[in-house]
Amino acid sequence: MEQSTFIQQVAPEKNNAATKSVALQEPRFVRYTLTFIALAFLAFFIVLPLVSIFFTAFQKGVDVYVAAITHPDALAAIKLTLTVVAIAVPLNAIFGIMAAWALTKFNFKGKNLLLTIVDLPFAVSPVIAGLVFILLFGSQGLFGDWLFEHDIKIVFALPGIVLATVFVTLPFVARELIPLMQTQGTSEEEASISLGANGFKTFWYVTLPNIKWGLLYGLILCNARAIGEFGAVSVVSGHIRGMTNTMPLHIEILYNEYQFAAAFAVASLMSVIAIITLIVKDIVAWKSKSA
Amino acid sequence: MSSLTVNKKTRRIIPGFHLSLGYTMLYVSLLVLLPLSMIFIHTMSLSWAEFVNIVTAPRAVASYKVSFSTALAAGLLNVIFGTIIAWVLVRYRFPFKRIIDGLVDLPFALPTAVAGIALTSLYAPNGWIGQFFNFKIAFTPLGIIIALTFIGLPFVVRTVQPVLQNISAEVEEASASLGATRLQTFRKVIFPELAPAILTGFSLAFARALGEYGSVVFIAGNMPMKTEITPLIIMTKLEQYDYAGATAIAVVMLVTSFILLFSINLIQWLANRRFVH
Repeated sequence: MEQSTFIQQVAPEKNNAATKSVALQEPRFVRYTLTFIALAFLAFFIVLPLVSIFFTAFQKGVDVYVAAITHPDALAAIKLTLTVVAIAVPLNAIFGIMAAWALTKFNFKGKNLLLTIVDLPFAVSPVIAGLVFILLFGSQGLFGDWLFEHDIKIVFALPGIVLATVFVTLPFVARELIPLMQTQGTSEEEASISLGANGFKTFWYVTLPNIKWGLLYGLILCNARAIGEFGAVSVVSGHIRGMTNTMPLHIEILYNEYQFAAAFAVASLMSVIAIITLIVKDIVAWKSKSA
Repeated sequence: MSSLTVNKKTRRIIPGFHLSLGYTMLYVSLLVLLPLSMIFIHTMSLSWAEFVNIVTAPRAVASYKVSFSTALAAGLLNVIFGTIIAWVLVRYRFPFKRIIDGLVDLPFALPTAVAGIALTSLYAPNGWIGQFFNFKIAFTPLGIIIALTFIGLPFVVRTVQPVLQNISAEVEEASASLGATRLQTFRKVIFPELAPAILTGFSLAFARALGEYGSVVFIAGNMPMKTEITPLIIMTKLEQYDYAGATAIAVVMLVTSFILLFSINLIQWLANRRFVH
């Protein structure tokens, strides 16, 4: 009888037998209501916004869409975003591996403090993340005079955008690797070292295969945030068209100029990246579970 | 005499301690600690009276109220709906469940600016959803709450989900066999186990909402005293090259976030201790 219902109850944990006692189930009315509420909420908050992006992007036809994403300013924004990501993500990946190695393979004083510091960027508003680099490298900043004398531009140029992005996405890889490497312990590495392998070989042949899915998972999250970062980059970019506008900033400009179709066209590109991120993330999560 | 320390050092077989720790310390010092310390150093250039003057200006205080109340409302909405979503995803079986489960993470993957313009056009007076309401949603605090709810949803779902998955069937069976109704089992057995996760998820969503900028600026309307959030005040001051003013407001935000972060860790620590005994 229960099999015929549309929404079935999953037994908690291992007890997956079809014979589930009535005492452990909610009445069918409750199950349907809860499922309806959950799906309706997700429809209004997640699915509808996503659909509206693509709908508005193509509202004025494919020509407008293609023109919007092949406009020189749009292409420059795409190129800048890719450049920033190509610098920021590998930097934070190397940092994440180093930090996870130090924090999980050894015991030292102040470990918890260091963990908290690694987490700090998550607790800081993106606007403040941008502000701190203005205070360091802006014209009134700590290094402002020195940079001016040596004709080096950091703020309102590529280096500033990269720095702000690195700051905002700093914890992602480390955050994925630390709990993973913690549970794996140190015995395999110790065995490898005592058999004569050097540190790098041990990392490459013993540790890396164990953490590859976690690393990939962290990289994907880091990448998604780096592509989409808006607040921090907005503060340090200076909004110079075709020069220091990343994709999200380009969307903002188009939107504020009431070029909605164009704004949503670029937004749809970023949404495709987001959807791919979700799919890859799901595959990686599934792989790491079965591995 | 020194044999003890030497012994301790040789026991550390795995190489790379100094390299990895040194690199990590250097990296966080240059990219996190030095930049963040600038906020506090720069504020020192203000006298105490000037500082108080800036951070208690009526427009700033109004923005704290807007930011705090909308983040709180969004956090509470997420607690209710996020817990229901987590429950439904763990306990019930329905079509397309895996895709729907994956979609919960969309707010993490979608750029905030994209979310901002999408939600604004949906909830604007002539938008797909906004047209069905005879009051304004976008460009009012309601709009801010909607954007912040979107941003915070995965935090609650993803902290509650694993805890719900790990509640063993035996506990519920024991409760039921002792005569408890389903509602009693939920209230007295399941909910107490979920509570720390719900609280953690709420704090994470709330902390994120307080600092959120990208999705809010489009939907808020940004009217001073009414729908202006605190990060926007910092932005406005920066555009006027008022670095001291922007930094003073940033200090207030940073201290609030640090207190929140500390409370989250405290909640988790207390919750873990409860189970370990």
